[in-house]
Amino acid sequence: MKAKTFKGGIHPHDCKHYSNKAAVEDFPAPEKVIIHLSQHIGAPALPIVKKNDVVKKGQKIAEAGGFVSIPMHSPISGKVIQIAKFPHPTGTIQQAIEIENDGKDEWFSKLKDEENYFNLSVDEMKNRIKNAGICGMGGAGFPTHVKLSPPENKPIDMIILNGVECEPYLTSDHRLMLERPEEIIAGLKLIMKIVSAKRGFIGIELNKKDAINLMKEKLKNEKNLNVVPLKLRYPQGAEKQLIYAATKRKVPAGGLPMDIGAVVQNVGTAFAIYESIRFQKPLINRITTVTGDIVKTPKNLRVPIGSSMSEMLDFCGGTNEEIGKLISGGPMMGFALPQIDTPISKTSSGIVFLSKKDVDTVHEQPCLRCGRCVDACPMNLVPTFLAETVRNGMYEEAKKMNINDCIECGSCSFVCPSHIQIVQWIKVGKLEVGKLAKKANEK
Amino acid sequence: MNLLNISTSPHFHEKIDVKIVMWSVVGTLFPALIAAYIFFGWYSIFLTALGVITAVATEALIQHFRKVPITISDGSAVITGLLLSFNLPPNAPWWLPVLGSVFAISIGKQVFGGLGYNPVNPALLGRAFLMASWPVQMTTGWASKLAKASVVTVSGLKNSLIAGSGNESLQNLITSATPLNLAQQIRGDIADGVGGEAYRTIFDNLSSLDYIKSLFWGNVGGCIGEVSAAALIIGAAYLVYKHYIEWRIPVSYIGTVIVFSWMLGGIDGLFSGPILFHVFSGGLILGAFFMATDMVTSPVTKNGRIYFGLGCGILTVVIRLWGGYPEGVSYSILIMNLAVPLLDKITPQKTFGYRKKN
Repeated sequence: MKAKTFKGGIHPHDCKHYSNKAAVEDFPAPEKVIIHLSQHIGAPALPIVKKNDVVKKGQKIAEAGGFVSIPMHSPISGKVIQIAKFPHPTGTIQQAIEIENDGKDEWFSKLKDEENYFNLSVDEMKNRIKNAGICGMGGAGFPTHVKLSPPENKPIDMIILNGVECEPYLTSDHRLMLERPEEIIAGLKLIMKIVSAKRGFIGIELNKKDAINLMKEKLKNEKNLNVVPLKLRYPQGAEKQLIYAATKRKVPAGGLPMDIGAVVQNVGTAFAIYESIRFQKPLINRITTVTGDIVKTPKNLRVPIGSSMSEMLDFCGGTNEEIGKLISGGPMMGFALPQIDTPISKTSSGIVFLSKKDVDTVHEQPCLRCGRCVDACPMNLVPTFLAETVRNGMYEEAKKMNINDCIECGSCSFVCPSHIQIVQWIKVGKLEVGKLAKKANEK
Repeated sequence: MNLLNISTSPHFHEKIDVKIVMWSVVGTLFPALIAAYIFFGWYSIFLTALGVITAVATEALIQHFRKVPITISDGSAVITGLLLSFNLPPNAPWWLPVLGSVFAISIGKQVFGGLGYNPVNPALLGRAFLMASWPVQMTTGWASKLAKASVVTVSGLKNSLIAGSGNESLQNLITSATPLNLAQQIRGDIADGVGGEAYRTIFDNLSSLDYIKSLFWGNVGGCIGEVSAAALIIGAAYLVYKHYIEWRIPVSYIGTVIVFSWMLGGIDGLFSGPILFHVFSGGLILGAFFMATDMVTSPVTKNGRIYFGLGCGILTVVIRLWGGYPEGVSYSILIMNLAVPLLDKITPQKTFGYRKKN
């Protein structure tokens, strides 16, 4: 199969065999859910329920806190216990709504089915997406209705669906593509209609040949829709790398895909868009992979948003040995969480359990200047110099070396023989560079 | 509550560390060591062992006195000792590798703070020190177990030449020199109008396919570790494959030597130089794959590495053709080592998405 790719990057073991054969199972509605107000990029949602309110499944419980924000809905029917701080899947502690299940499973308003959903007006489609509270489901969580509203001077000519899933372990997008291909394609067509794009691509890596073949089969009569097989390489799922791999277009530094006429959406997001427009269904559940070599039976679960990770693990039979690390997301860019009873959010594509022996405890050694990080960097930066300048507090220098262009994919740290925490240094540096910029503005 | 380990991403790491990289380099130098045994016998192995042991002991001792963790197990001192010894004549006196290693590790490496901080390749610095202090011991003693290897292959013809001419200086020249030495002198003499046809024939024979074969396998006079290009290439191929050394430096280095030796290295004017002779003789293969690629003392940026190899290549050819020494690999690398900070600065990476530099 002829496959494309980008420059730089790494080849971690994909570790997908644990769960890529496991068909999606429904995770039963839990006793209680914790719905975070900030599951996306942008302003947190504002709660519109209070303690002891009775809510139903699909009922809006928090509204968007601005244009770049999304509303939240209850995935179960039950009672609001409290609005308080809870552990967040990014490792922080944030405001969330706790809801207790009453077991009735009553919908707030019955789901409709509009057969001719494709003929709705673009404004109505966007409205439905906005009301459904959809954000990018691949990880970053940018509000989808914003991404689908490019300014008029930025025409979009192509949509790329991201079915790359380059993070090791995760298989939720893979399973979704295998089990719901028609819905994903319908979502793609809807997105193309919304931004009036002519062409659509679905980028899939070669370790998912079954998904590539299935999608090709489904698209064989579509002239303007194509599957783009991609070589196995991390971080191909990163927006800029995916666009480059599929089309050889480069997103300018500091710019967005829309600057070169492209919009990238995760396949999961496309599916949610389809459901929101056809059935007016709010985003209240998603597919999440529960995996890791110590999990007894790794699974792909359709989970109500706000379910506890520990209950999901129990549903998969628990672990064979003591948990070394719990990662929300994939092991390359995900967050290590201190608490196992953290709820999942709209962006939780997977939770990975690592054993004690997988926890890297090697100490940083001096840089050998081997340049492996330079070769691995998909943004063509010099990671070791960035880390070094930040370590020495030379933030102006770091800025000149384009520290802000780093996408924090972790390829540099992955290949570093001295085990230098390059990404961590760069994250620190970005914060400090931000402070410098702020100070300069004040003056 | 039972809390779990946390850290920033990535939580996944390639199975690699400094030790793995360094010991892989040591391992890939073993074929060359075996070649040294085959061509020069046990004494060359003994010299190499002395060099390695001294290097490791020096590193341990200095780290002990510096009150820093002793890191001899990381293999980097072993490499320095190995490479230094590889640069010595096979019949050198035993104290040569010892003094060289002490100097290489102490002045070449630990003075600057140890692994990762040395500005130039310690092994090469050690060699330069020996070359400056004991030039006679460093440039004699090439004779090999395979009886006068340097003549054996240029042989039949040469023997008749020597016998026929009764030219004693020519006789001495051939029996004592390494191939590069021979080539440099002949080339110089021809340029000066001395030697005539006999010299020309020898020069032609140096670049003949038969002789290149001997060079490639290592059946010639030369330093302990650099005679067998074949043995070195086997090891280097593994390192490149594992990405423990990277291809840009050796490719640009050897490429430059090819171009310039072809252009300037001949005796019949421009573009008549014996390319393969220059590639496989002397320390080029060892230098290009194992010493110029020393991570610590080569540029970090991709283009920097290309220019680094280019500089090494030009200097090597210049020294070989017109310099005071027959071989220029080690000095060219040393000089380019010093240019590394500059190269890193003037060859910034073009970040993805930037059209041109503003």
